Amino acid sequence: MGKPLIHRSPMPGLGLSMGVTLTMLSLVVLLPIGALLLKGAHYGAAGIWETVNRERVWAALFLSFRLSLFAAAFNLIFGVLLAWVLVRYRFPGRRILDAAVDLPFALPTAVAGISLTALYAPNGAFGQLAAEVGWKIAYTQWGIFIALVFVGLPFVTRTVQPVIEEIEREVEEASATLGATRLHTLRHVILPMLTPAALTGFALALARAVGEYGSVIFIAGNIPLVTEIAPLLIIIQLEEFNYDAAAAIGIAMLLISFAMLLVINLIQVWSRRRIGYV
Amino acid sequence: MSDIPNIRFRPATEENPATRWALIGAAFLGLSVLVFAPLIAVFAEALADGVGASLKSLASPDARDAIRLTLTIAAISVPLNAAFGIAAAWLITKFDFRGKAFLITLIDLPFSVSPVVAGLCIVLMFGTNSLVGGWLVAQGYPIVFAMPGIILATMFVTFPFAARELIPVMIEQGRAEEEAALTLGASGWRTFWTVTLPNIRWALLYGVLLCNARAMGEFGAVAVVSGKIRGQTATMPTTIEMLYQEYLSVAAFSLAAVLALLALVTLLLKTALEIHHADQLAASHRA
Repeated sequence: MGKPLIHRSPMPGLGLSMGVTLTMLSLVVLLPIGALLLKGAHYGAAGIWETVNRERVWAALFLSFRLSLFAAAFNLIFGVLLAWVLVRYRFPGRRILDAAVDLPFALPTAVAGISLTALYAPNGAFGQLAAEVGWKIAYTQWGIFIALVFVGLPFVTRTVQPVIEEIEREVEEASATLGATRLHTLRHVILPMLTPAALTGFALALARAVGEYGSVIFIAGNIPLVTEIAPLLIIIQLEEFNYDAAAAIGIAMLLISFAMLLVINLIQVWSRRRIGYV
Repeated sequence: MSDIPNIRFRPATEENPATRWALIGAAFLGLSVLVFAPLIAVFAEALADGVGASLKSLASPDARDAIRLTLTIAAISVPLNAAFGIAAAWLITKFDFRGKAFLITLIDLPFSVSPVVAGLCIVLMFGTNSLVGGWLVAQGYPIVFAMPGIILATMFVTFPFAARELIPVMIEQGRAEEEAALTLGASGWRTFWTVTLPNIRWALLYGVLLCNARAMGEFGAVAVVSGKIRGQTATMPTTIEMLYQEYLSVAAFSLAAVLALLALVTLLLKTALEIHHADQLAASHRA
């Protein structure tokens, strides 16, 4: 007596839409990911561990995830600030700022990569300024951080913006009438409402940063153990036709990103429950 | 009682002006450094030797081949993405079945997979060493290091774009209008063309716009599967990389400027859509 697999519906096109959806999903996404997992299974857990458990691979994985976390954290704070400014304040140039937030989505990563490098290289506009205080940005981990901040910029702002728009002023007024200072209201009334959306944006920015390749490789310098990111290691293995090792690193990256997304989802569920806000 | 000074009260739900202007200043400063400066840098570097040098480099055979290939790939993969998006959104919003949430998760999966890993997956599936790929090469249809591989890689990374825009809009619009059309005797296709499509056209255009920007600019996944053969499988982004690494700065940035212009046009159209058709786009996008 369980639920039927598919409810009867008068709508036409069930067979066609399901056929197209499942065929394309399988051909483009599922079978290729399956091929990666199959390669990994064939190679064996011991083989994967042997490939991953090397200083250079650990250094790259640690670098990728650590800097992605920092960049996503920066974007979390700046993104919420930006969303607040764009929704709550009216000032000349607001629309341009709002549109500019999406530029990292629209600008190809390779273009962002070479232009950030041109800016932050020792002879670039920002690089020269930094060099005067003895700060090297391009070809160091700072450069990678900046590239990752760039690609993750829109996520938090775009998830938080609609939530701020829906906050009812009455809540803030009530808080003010009860004697709360503005800061207290922001901290204890507004911020909890934004938390789940902000965390969603944070997770998206993090996932994007971990896998990012195009905007990073130009500015990174790609020195093994120091500024070599995990996706680059996969490319290097592929160029040596070392498919087993490439697959092993790819699987490691997949597993770590899924684990991180799972943890963030759990935090989100927890924060929703604790705050009681849907 | 004209001696009462004209006091302006600040609503309790506003920050004081100093804080407000500090936050606005921070927003301007942050976006200037992070977004506007790189954008300006692309054009400044492209025009470093003047407009003539820039245009000349764009007219070179390598650049022209790259532009042609990128346009071809977008022309094939974007319509396929739109077709998939419509089919998936129709399936998800017009029918009730078990595993719907799981299906949506699978459609979104490519967004959490690194483009490089996506390329790797396609190489492992269709490369000459694989079962399927080896057979296809024997039949004279190579996938990897050829156009089909680049199209597959592009489709992988852009997979959710159209579907994600369409699903929320079609959920919001419900099934009543289609049901009415069907009751009045319209065929399934007629219902789709005359009832559904006009309702979702702006959301579809929005998704296609974002998909196209990503398709033309994809680098990581394409770099893995294309082999970067000049004149054959080098797209605009991979050509930019090759030129840059040969220290042909003006040529690299000129090609980059073309893509940056495309990004600006995309943003312009997207903003116009958000202003004029906000009510017909997904609920999360506002004017």
